[in-house]
Amino acid sequence: RAPALGVSLAECPGTSSAHAGRAAACQGCPNQKLCAAGAAATNPAEAAELRERLRSVKHTVLVLSGKGGVGKSTFSALLAHGLATDETKQVALLDIDICGPSIPKMMGLEGEQVHQSGSGWSPVYVEENLGVMSVGFLLSSPDDAVIWRGPKKNGLIKQFLRDVDWGEIDYLIVDTPPGTSDEHLSIVQYLGAAHVDGAVIITTPQEVSLQDVRKEINFCRKVKLPVIGVVENMSGFICPKCRNESQIFPPTTGGAEMMCQNLNVSLLGKVPLDPQIG
Amino acid sequence: LPTERSNLAGVRHIVLVLSGKGGVGKSTISTELALSLRHSGKKVGILDVDLCGPSIPRMFRVQNSDVHQCDSGWVPVFVDQDKSISLMSIGFLLEKPDDAVVWRGPKKNALIKQFVDDVAWGDLDFLIVDTPPGTSDEHISTVEALRPYKPLGAILVTTPQAVSVGDVRRELTFCKKTGLRVLGIVENMSGFVCPHCSECTNIFSKGGGEELAKHAGVTFLGCVPLDPQLSQSLEEGRDFIQEFPKSSAFPALARIAQHILDSSSQPSS
Repeated sequence: RAPALGVSLAECPGTSSAHAGRAAACQGCPNQKLCAAGAAATNPAEAAELRERLRSVKHTVLVLSGKGGVGKSTFSALLAHGLATDETKQVALLDIDICGPSIPKMMGLEGEQVHQSGSGWSPVYVEENLGVMSVGFLLSSPDDAVIWRGPKKNGLIKQFLRDVDWGEIDYLIVDTPPGTSDEHLSIVQYLGAAHVDGAVIITTPQEVSLQDVRKEINFCRKVKLPVIGVVENMSGFICPKCRNESQIFPPTTGGAEMMCQNLNVSLLGKVPLDPQIG
Repeated sequence: LPTERSNLAGVRHIVLVLSGKGGVGKSTISTELALSLRHSGKKVGILDVDLCGPSIPRMFRVQNSDVHQCDSGWVPVFVDQDKSISLMSIGFLLEKPDDAVVWRGPKKNALIKQFVDDVAWGDLDFLIVDTPPGTSDEHISTVEALRPYKPLGAILVTTPQAVSVGDVRRELTFCKKTGLRVLGIVENMSGFVCPHCSECTNIFSKGGGEELAKHAGVTFLGCVPLDPQLSQSLEEGRDFIQEFPKSSAFPALARIAQHILDSSSQPSS
């Protein structure tokens, strides 16, 4: 049915998989030879190092969406702050959006830099019990662009997990870029050693978002990442003057509520558009 | 080097739509620009290189269409009998619309190269290239593959607030580093006029896009307000330009299209 494609539409089996480079899905992938020769697999010493670092993390939540601009970073930042109100808990916020790191700005940490110590990179602390890491802290100018292909991005994500001295953490919140690609595959792979509670998926009400979010839910199922639930953000706007509601992003196909019902996932709540957040 | 038989030989102007930031309206602007150019009598194609979140097919109500092959490659999907707008997107190639495309960079790069080389566009006045957010594989590969065809340039889309502008600054750097001319910056979702009382609320702040354009020395293409009729049109795959010329986003969108027409009629540098 589909025309002759140079690449198979099937998903990558994983660079560390026993089928790496040999699966039907690998046909036409420029890295096929490398993977078949085992060049791309995670080295077991590295895997052990990651396991060791992540041993002290009690809970991990990934914040995902298939769609861009729905409020992942906003939600991650507010969730991290919310969890940190309990001063007995240690919270870590890791921003693995390497091209568009929004977390430093949202946490009021623009211009901060990362320091190195004997035990690794120090996260930037916004509260005593809330530490943050983002590529944003590694850039010297707001105009600096990180123009990297996948493998280099994966390398930095691994470093964020292996080299950052997080200490004992009760909650690790991971903010991600939109999509189902390198960053997402890598973080799931590298966090394999830690206890990942699951993913919170953010959407907005309209079908243009939902169609991407359904893909993200399918991604979670494929990589066996539990879906804690879905948040419908930008859900309606109340005019501050006349108090009438407008649906700026209309739920033409039933919004997140319908999607959650159909896909059997929890709807965690609906957050309206609030100019104070924007 | 492009040859006589290259599939892009009949394309007069290539315009990329970029943003560092997700969800600012790249696909929306790509769609409305195509519709506006069509209404000016132009033949337009849209190449959607967002492989993880392809939005373009639904915006034209052709999400159930299939792609067929011809001697020179793949036939793009025509939006209607008129054949004045044609599309290519991974959305047309998926067995099931909810299937996730879970690919690492190298595989994405390979498909993008095929998308650029193997779609039989025929004669087009404009080919608009809609991109995913970021400055990574898709962007590097697309710009590299299009380089021999000398794109007219890129439109950068932002929303007014600092979080978006911050990413778009990086996209400007990407354009500079890759030698891509910046045709201008659009500030989308710039204010919302309440349909009940006409009060304007700056839900996503205001002015960041214009300031960025000034700071970077590039053309400011204008502010497009939040417009529920526009959102609705995109949901339903309707022609907003034809059906809602009095709606609040229309004037700004028309201005953007005019600027592109003006840029394309200038002698190439």
